[in-house]
Amino acid sequence: MPSIPTLAVEGLRTHFFARAGVVKAVDDVSFSLGAGRIMGLVGESGSGKSVTGYSIMGLVDPPGRIVAGRVLLDGQNLLALAPDALRAMRGKRIAMIFQDPVMTLNPVLRIDTQMIEAIRAHERIGERAARERAREALARVGIASPDERLRAYPHQFSGGMRQRVAIAIAFLNRPEVIIADEPTTALDVTIQGQILYEVQRLCRESRTALLWITHDLSLVAAIADEVAVMYAGRLVEQGEADAVLRAPLHPYTRGLILSLPSRNERGKPLRQIPGTPPSLLGLPSGCAFRDRCPRATEACLAEPPLSTIGARAVRCFHPHQGEPAASEETSGSAA
Amino acid sequence: MNAPLIELRRVSKRFVKRPDAAARIAGLLGEPAREETVYAVDRVDLAIDEGEVVGLAGESGCGKSTLGRIAVGLLEPTEGSRWWRGREIASMPGAERRQARLAMQMIFQDSYAALNPRLRVQEIIGEAPLVHGLAEKQGQAEYVAEVMQRVGLDASLARGFPHQFSGGQRARIGIARALAVKPEFLVCDEALAALDVSIQAQVLNLFIDLRAEFSLTCLFISHDLAVVRHVSDRVLIMYLGRIVESAPTEEIYAAPNHPYTQALLEGVPRLDSGRRTYIPIRGEIPSPLAPPSGCHFHPRCPHAMPICREAQPALKEIAPGRLSACHLNDSKG
Ligand SMILES: Nc1ncnc2c1ncn2[C@@H]1O[C@H](COP(=O)(O)OP(=O)(O)O)[C@@H](O)[C@H]1O
Ligand SMILES: Nc1ncnc2c1ncn2[C@@H]1O[C@H](COP(=O)(O)OP(=O)(O)O)[C@@H](O)[C@H]1O
Ligand code: SF4
Ligand code: SF4
Ligand SMILES: [Mg+2]
Ligand SMILES: [Mg+2]
Repeated sequence: MPSIPTLAVEGLRTHFFARAGVVKAVDDVSFSLGAGRIMGLVGESGSGKSVTGYSIMGLVDPPGRIVAGRVLLDGQNLLALAPDALRAMRGKRIAMIFQDPVMTLNPVLRIDTQMIEAIRAHERIGERAARERAREALARVGIASPDERLRAYPHQFSGGMRQRVAIAIAFLNRPEVIIADEPTTALDVTIQGQILYEVQRLCRESRTALLWITHDLSLVAAIADEVAVMYAGRLVEQGEADAVLRAPLHPYTRGLILSLPSRNERGKPLRQIPGTPPSLLGLPSGCAFRDRCPRATEACLAEPPLSTIGARAVRCFHPHQGEPAASEETSGSAA
Repeated sequence: MNAPLIELRRVSKRFVKRPDAAARIAGLLGEPAREETVYAVDRVDLAIDEGEVVGLAGESGCGKSTLGRIAVGLLEPTEGSRWWRGREIASMPGAERRQARLAMQMIFQDSYAALNPRLRVQEIIGEAPLVHGLAEKQGQAEYVAEVMQRVGLDASLARGFPHQFSGGQRARIGIARALAVKPEFLVCDEALAALDVSIQAQVLNLFIDLRAEFSLTCLFISHDLAVVRHVSDRVLIMYLGRIVESAPTEEIYAAPNHPYTQALLEGVPRLDSGRRTYIPIRGEIPSPLAPPSGCHFHPRCPHAMPICREAQPALKEIAPGRLSACHLNDSKG
């Protein structure tokens, strides 16, 4: 019997009804994630990654609206919950880490006040026990002298330290699902390395399903079990991270991988994807990657459906047939 | 042997941080507010040969931008001297100094902040060539059109303002502005950092083309070690105002000597390394207001020895063309 995934997103559509027209920021996105698994959600800016994350959390504000789809947490549709019930769920069973920890931390409150409140919002527990739990949570994300840190204000921390506190808060109640929206993008590599280490460990320990949003394919390779690639509001490819990165099926995924410096001869021009990502306002019908795609044909004037090939899914009429995206491949841009 | 194109000798830059309002108020209540000094760049030697691309990497706040600004002459060093083709710039006659100044240009990360929003692209690119006699007033439009085409911009957009362009196009405008005065030496300061992945590759390719076409000499500043590796002949690693390692690109990536370089390279996720468990380097970058004694890296270094706390390791040759500042190399001496 197939078990119910921890997080399942089905046919999610989130549109923004702006004055200039409708922006289909998320348009028919589906995926699922099991307990303790890490999925990398990748794409260029404006492709709909953050809006996907906000939609799962039920945090979309007007002029945005979730117009279709379901978000199932252990089989229960969060989008059908009353606002109160959803709020009770957030921070308890599902939490979010933002790129900017300022979104999580209140600048005028001490760290202990905020953490204790976050615990007691979901549990009848004494002040002292809550403080002890907060202290442990800080220590777990590698913060030295947690007692002292608890009494500090957010502005007394470095950017990396603030992000650690935000992560500690997200994991406080050992949620089943965490959405992490580019939490290390603004940080230096050594600090990113520390945070990846802590997050990997916490996910393993608490069996949290983690959706890690990033534009960095190499980061996905390093931490994710699965990967989903977004382009212009749509999922274009998805599957086990190793398999997708080794032999991408979608021309966009493949183009991204082949353009990385590590996949090109040093000093030589990179195999670039031509053109720019499209504006989501007034997106023409058909495949949104058409203008930039080396494999495009007449057929691509129609909307490609998401088709499954084994354990993988791809939205393309002419997918690659599992050829590896290797370094030796000759450059396509001879001109 | 020819003199390097550009050379910095023992340059330092100190910034004095005056206490801000909050600190002054706190001062009224007790603790007196003190002036604090940041050693943004601390006695750095740097020589770049003609045609060479030198990558400069290190974490934020380590002094990369400050060093780059000193190199092109946008910032006066607190100490040390700058040399152009073997001659000290400060002692050049005025006209020659202006010539040298023009031959060095900088491309910035945030092209939006670096481009005057009230000027048309035509003026942004065409002004300096006009002032310096590289273009005539009548020929300015054609001159600008030529430069725009060279960097892959549609010349018919010359009358547009910066905000009407995408991030990738603005990066090209910044490059065009620098190229328009026919520089010999270019400092690129995180010129790709604000761009999307697919656009980064396009702009990097433009840079690779231009470098070959104009045999540019370049200081390429980036926190992205994969990009630095791709474009540089030689790589410098900075930590808290000091250069800790310098080596030919292939060598430093294959066998980094300095423990900080090792930690940096170890920390970069790679597409080909597969899933892995991070064993991170400990600690954060210390405040540049109070850098650790001796080797600045000692509180985070897995190999630190007693001497590391006391003596600053000199940046010295460990193999031909390779420099490193670490006491571990002393015993092998
Ligand atoms: N409040 C909003 N109003 C109108 N459009 C929005 C709003 N928020 C996001 N969008 C649009 O939704 C699209 C996807 O945005 P986002 O999810 O933030 O992208 P990503 O995180 O992948 O960079 C973008 O085109 C953006 O312009
Ligand atoms: N104008 C300035 N005034 C005061 N401090 C500065 C100034 N510019 C840079 N600094 C300080 O000098 C150090 C080096 O900065 P910078 O050269 O910008 O580093 P990087 O480019 O490597 O991030 C930092 O600690 C920074 O805060
Ligand atoms: S559907 Fe056509 S245009 Fe779109 S990615 Fe596939 S081949 Fe390219
Ligand atoms: S000098 Fe000492 S502390 Fe500094 S990098 Fe070398 S071993 Fe580490
Ligand atoms: Mg985003
Ligand atoms: Mg900088």
